[in-house]
Amino acid sequence: MNKNSNDNRWQRKLASSTSQLARWTLAWVLTMALATFGPLFLWTDQALWTLGAIVLNTLMGLGMILASIKHLQSLDEMQQRIQLEAMGLTLGVVLVIGMSYSNLDISNLIPMDAEISILVMIMGLTFMTALFFGAKRYK
Amino acid sequence: MKNYLKQLRAQRQWTQAQLAEQLDVSRQTVNAIETGKFDPSLPLAFKAARIFGLTIEEIFQDEA
Repeated sequence: MNKNSNDNRWQRKLASSTSQLARWTLAWVLTMALATFGPLFLWTDQALWTLGAIVLNTLMGLGMILASIKHLQSLDEMQQRIQLEAMGLTLGVVLVIGMSYSNLDISNLIPMDAEISILVMIMGLTFMTALFFGAKRYK
Repeated sequence: MKNYLKQLRAQRQWTQAQLAEQLDVSRQTVNAIETGKFDPSLPLAFKAARIFGLTIEEIFQDEA
């Protein structure tokens, strides 16, 4: 039996789905930048172009979701559990922090308006931290 | 859950990677099962039993 055959096969399968997910994510981020900054720097007062950029961004987002599902399916059951636990924790943290953040904004206890980008950053950081500790727990 | 995966694997002189290949999981998952940090699903336990030619009870035992 080839000692490295599992690593090769496993890594190939995972690398393929990870690479697809990375490409869709990059496309989504780039089209998000286009939809956000396009109306400011590339075209002005062209609602149709802006609408087109937003539609394109949404389509890339849908592709990213499908690639993410495929990626999750390519993981084995322990890796899926790590992902599930990280997602559950992220959902809880974002819900609780998001509502508190919104309340702080509504009651004017913070000097600025609540921005959804803050929540997206908290979501990303929570998910990455949860993945790290999840993987460490099963090591 | 207690298991004898490590001993059975050692008897056959398989590496974790070789067992992982047969189970169609990652080497890390085999390691986590062997060290008792992760309990496999029933289909995976059946697969392990088939590979070793044993029953599930001969490989996995409830510690409760």
